[in-house]
Amino acid sequence: MELDNIERLLEKYFDATTTVAEEKTLLTYFSQESVATHLEQYKPMFTYFSNAKEEKYTKQVPLKPRKNYYKWISVAAVALFIFGIYFGNEYQEKREAEYAYQETKKAFELLAENFGRGTEKVAYLKEFEVAKQKIYNNN
Amino acid sequence: MKQAEFLNVVMPFKDKLYRLAKRLLVSREEAEDATQEILLKLWSKNEAMGQYKNVEAFAMTMTKNFCLDRLKSKQASNLKLVHSNYSDERTSLQKQLEAEDSIQWMERIMEKLPEQQKMVLQLRDVEQYDFEEICELLDMKPTAVRVTLSRARKMVREELIKKHNYGIG
Repeated sequence: MELDNIERLLEKYFDATTTVAEEKTLLTYFSQESVATHLEQYKPMFTYFSNAKEEKYTKQVPLKPRKNYYKWISVAAVALFIFGIYFGNEYQEKREAEYAYQETKKAFELLAENFGRGTEKVAYLKEFEVAKQKIYNNN
Repeated sequence: MKQAEFLNVVMPFKDKLYRLAKRLLVSREEAEDATQEILLKLWSKNEAMGQYKNVEAFAMTMTKNFCLDRLKSKQASNLKLVHSNYSDERTSLQKQLEAEDSIQWMERIMEKLPEQQKMVLQLRDVEQYDFEEICELLDMKPTAVRVTLSRARKMVREELIKKHNYGIG
């Protein structure tokens, strides 16, 4: 009786007209130890299918790093930006101070140069003094 | 969608993705890579995932397309798939003995089927999807699915009978 049913189901099975439930019946029938000898040849098929379903995907999927990666990049970028503004300002100030120093130095140099020119002229006065002394001495 | 939420959605069917990938690509490593690729793709789209009415079907279709593309590019570049879990027809006595194992035989028979038949068999007989779902996943007409399935099953039967008789004789 049961065997009749299985044979009928098998026929339907190969025509692909069985329902999922009927296929389950076949699976359970063929998963038992002993099946009718003339149906023995189909056993590997069904055992294989139920075995195949046991296979699992065991690898871990690295979901988190990828997501965090972007987050940390933005954090790093913001940090860099702020540091840039801070140190950029400091650098700018330093450059300005340097510039002012250079300008002052130039101004002093100019002053010193002109001052030197002044003393050069004063040196002629010494010549006058020498001449004066000569005249005095002659008298 | 948070990561935990995403995993809750994906967990129940990730093995199915892997098994389908393995059915098509044969190699375990290739299948693992493909599955990871698909899961990462899904994750990158997780904002939009609420809109898909059936994430599982969507992911299965993605896997199918990905693997078929993969196979195509392998073929185009004339590279053979290299898989460690593949055993050649008659290389060594050891392997021949192993091949006696009916499960191994089935594996080999399945490998020989055309891709379409592989997928239909995998989806129906291993994962037990309904016909409507298979139609949706593979973008096929119901009659086409039925015909392919019947053909695939008969092909397997034929090979098995051949082997069975050979084994006895």
